[in-house]
Amino acid sequence: MNAPHTDTGSTAAAAPVGAAGEAPAPAAADGDMALTLRIWRQAGPEEPGAMTTYRISGISPDMSFLDMLDTLNEQLIAEGDEPVAFDHDCREGICGACGVVINGDAHGPQPTTTCQLHMRHFDDGDTIDVEPWRASAFPVIRDLVVDRGSLDRIIGSGGYITAPTGSAPEAHATAVPKAAADDAFAHAECIGCGACVAACPNGAAMLFTAAKVVHLNVLPQGAPEREGRVLDMVDAMDEEGFGGCTQVGACATACPKGIPFQSIADMNREYLRAVRKGGRG
Amino acid sequence: MSWTDVSPVTTVPDMALATRHKPPAAAESSPSVVRLLWRSTIGKKAVMAVTGLVMLAYLVAHMLGNLKIFFGPDDFNGYAHWLRTVGEPALGYEWLLWVVRVVLLAAVVLHGVAAYQLSRRDIAARPVGYAHRGGARRRSSFATRTMRWGGVILALFIVWHILDLTTLTVNPNAEAGHPYENVVASFSTWYGNTIYIVAMLALGLHLRHGFDAAARSLGVTSARAARGLRAGANTLALVLTVGFLAVPFAVMTGVVS
Repeated sequence: MNAPHTDTGSTAAAAPVGAAGEAPAPAAADGDMALTLRIWRQAGPEEPGAMTTYRISGISPDMSFLDMLDTLNEQLIAEGDEPVAFDHDCREGICGACGVVINGDAHGPQPTTTCQLHMRHFDDGDTIDVEPWRASAFPVIRDLVVDRGSLDRIIGSGGYITAPTGSAPEAHATAVPKAAADDAFAHAECIGCGACVAACPNGAAMLFTAAKVVHLNVLPQGAPEREGRVLDMVDAMDEEGFGGCTQVGACATACPKGIPFQSIADMNREYLRAVRKGGRG
Repeated sequence: MSWTDVSPVTTVPDMALATRHKPPAAAESSPSVVRLLWRSTIGKKAVMAVTGLVMLAYLVAHMLGNLKIFFGPDDFNGYAHWLRTVGEPALGYEWLLWVVRVVLLAAVVLHGVAAYQLSRRDIAARPVGYAHRGGARRRSSFATRTMRWGGVILALFIVWHILDLTTLTVNPNAEAGHPYENVVASFSTWYGNTIYIVAMLALGLHLRHGFDAAARSLGVTSARAARGLRAGANTLALVLTVGFLAVPFAVMTGVVS
């Protein structure tokens, strides 16, 4: 999930095609944008980093933000420079691999992932600041790539149910109330991209952990480990060095999957309930 | 090592246990409720919420009591005396007052220590900030951003306020047993008014964010409750700030003298 990928082979986004039969428009079509990019460059985890300025032109408004970075990397490679490292995988907004802070906003100005953010949301001539997620629990590996293994370790501490494997159980053996199914599904949408941590002024992973805790704790399948799950996952979250919640709400604003801010209060209730029950059930 | 060294049969319970973060056998003599609360970020926020609500309840009573000043010196001084004799003869002189003072001191200390520890953790969690400034400013309200320094202002004010009107140390014209006259004396100085007004504005902001944040920390989750709490926080902040500020403004304008 966290290996640094750099795009070296993709083509620049296709230039817009005019009426049928016409030749494709040249690269510098009308409406193409020229941008100034200030990107965090850092050669390795222990190396010093700095914001570095690049100029790029011929950016179509229909490109995604990652297409635009691909275009920049092609330009850098052609000039003999190191391409900018950034994480990406599905480019469909469903895997959670990509994510950078754009002009101070995690995943940029739209409520979606960086790969699904299109350049039409910027203007010709804009200066765009691109930075990695910033948190002590997300050390920078290189450029815009951070190690989000801390989120995996939170999952490993309780984000699962313990069930015997084998043939699938009979579908109606465990009835799930519709409301619980809907609630679980809404929280299961979390793709673990880390935008909540990046947006939070305290570098807290509360929204992420809440999504995982609520997803399983509202389901009957999650009930046997309900108390231990929330206690262990919150312990793991604290051990990783994430901050605490000060009810700012920036996490939910940044979340590309719309995990509700209320989930954090839900997790608080689950945690306090588990404490009242005297620890793990 | 060859494959034959590996035990061919792994029992189902072994496999289940192998996936656990902490095996139940090592359930480390389940920690006490107090330890569970104090060691985690969520638990400490719950402590801050409860102690904050205790202090808030006191402030409502305190503000209402202050308004007695508009009924004149006899009413106000009589009320202050009653606070010392309330509960007699079951309670002794000033017993209830001291119970309240001890509870409030515990609440202030727990609230402040938890806030300090959580703030240290929060700041350490973001060692390198963003080069693009202003993101946090856009996303959070003024009341939210000023919670920490507002809290420091309020803590310093509490010290001043006790030295001013309880021990009368910094109130040169004060006389023990004459609270009405002491209040007028304090609010007849420019610094007394300035300190008080700044602190009460800080209090309003602190409550505006703190009241519904406390409810969330304690796990109040329904959307309807959230709307009610939002309105409640704004109302409480406004009523308490206006109620407390009524006294110095009354002294300044000569309504109370």
